Amino acid sequence: MLSLVRSLWEVFRHAFARRVTVQYPEQKAYLSPRYRGRIVLTRDPDGGERCVACNLCAVACPVDCISLQATEDEHGRRYPEFFRINFSRCIFCGFCEEACPTYAIQLTPDTEMGEYKRKNLVYEKEDLMIDGPGKYPDYNFWRVAGVAIGGKDKGQAEKELVPVDTHSLLP
Amino acid sequence: MMAKFLPLLVIAVVLFVVLNLAAGLIWVERRLLALWQDRYGPNRVGPFGLGQIVADSIKLFTKEDWIPPFADKPVFVLAPAIVVATALISFAVVPFAPGFVIADLNVGILFLLAMSSLGVYSVVLAGWSSNNKYSLLGGIRASAQMMSYEVFMGLALLGVVILAGSFRLTDIVEAQRGMWFVIPQFLGFILFLIAGVAETRRLPFDLAEAESELIAGFHSEYSGMKFGMFFVGEYIGVILISATIALLFFGGWLGPVLPPAFWFGAKTMFFICLFILFRAGLPRPRFDQLMSWGWKVLLPLALINLLVTGAVVLARR
Repeated sequence: MLSLVRSLWEVFRHAFARRVTVQYPEQKAYLSPRYRGRIVLTRDPDGGERCVACNLCAVACPVDCISLQATEDEHGRRYPEFFRINFSRCIFCGFCEEACPTYAIQLTPDTEMGEYKRKNLVYEKEDLMIDGPGKYPDYNFWRVAGVAIGGKDKGQAEKELVPVDTHSLLP
Repeated sequence: MMAKFLPLLVIAVVLFVVLNLAAGLIWVERRLLALWQDRYGPNRVGPFGLGQIVADSIKLFTKEDWIPPFADKPVFVLAPAIVVATALISFAVVPFAPGFVIADLNVGILFLLAMSSLGVYSVVLAGWSSNNKYSLLGGIRASAQMMSYEVFMGLALLGVVILAGSFRLTDIVEAQRGMWFVIPQFLGFILFLIAGVAETRRLPFDLAEAESELIAGFHSEYSGMKFGMFFVGEYIGVILISATIALLFFGGWLGPVLPPAFWFGAKTMFFICLFILFRAGLPRPRFDQLMSWGWKVLLPLALINLLVTGAVVLARR
């Protein structure tokens, strides 16, 4: 009986406790930088597209919501002709981000993507592309990769040695 | 002419106040529960979320009013009306202020008890006519619980009646000018409070509904405004029991300076909040615990209280 009175008192004291509710549209909850929200495609520090259309994200995606078509520009750089994410299917697992070899696809701490029409949840490349480098500000795939593209030959990447000339007999 | 219309005016005012308060309690209860659970509750619709009352009413009124094909139709429809009607009729004897009472019966307390006993029919008939096992279980539980708690509810009040020497509610209030009856009748007050919570089927004694075991008990099959009637009836019952406690144990409208109606309202509101605090803070007992408590602990206590009060009053004479 006394314990009932005590629990009533304990509950009553909560009238003066701080309320834990976050009044959402006015106050926003803190989402950490690693939060898995809206997916974006990032760019090099130079402003070029990072995505090389390797399809690894589409393969990793457990719900098959990523669709893309690879193509090549005149310098031999691969890039996606179209890149489409169906966010009505996406489960925000972040596997695409883990699979991406060029840090192109990244998840952001933004969850406010409500739409009245379901088809508006299908984001095209221009909706996904952002102007910055996202979470990896200095990374430039084509600067560190040993692939020859227009304007950058073999051996010209960062920390890459000039290739050995196997036809020469010189030491 | 004026004497003819005055009672009608009083009735209109009482109905207006009670029904609006019952509707307002939807909001009050949700806000208070939220306060005690460190939440905000409904605070979006209108100022302080008061528009929630209107929104909830519109929702209830526009919901599908479904009568299950297997139900006993006339009884099914009648049951929710009984709970509201009996609770509202009880307010006929409640004096809000000196002179402001619809019918100042000389057996006011008996009338109150009789009406609250009739309220049991609503729950039992609802459970029976729904033709649903859970509803029937809820109805059986309600009848057993309310009948056994009614016994010592009446007995707990008799101490007050002995002290005041009258069944008339206005006399009882006037008899508390020197001292509120809660002091000499503290045990009676506690017993009546417990019985009152059981009588209104409020938590922690909501075994007739018990959503975790009986879904919603006697009103599982109800929807729309029929369900709303049970809701309103429950709230009117809460107001009624709170008002009764204020009248019988806390001096009704008596109080310094401010107008009597204010004191009565404030005391009633206090007990309504206490009812909500019970809901926020207490767990639901098992059914056998509830019954054995009622018969083995509370009833003997009520009898002892009655005997001691009678003996003291006799010895003092």
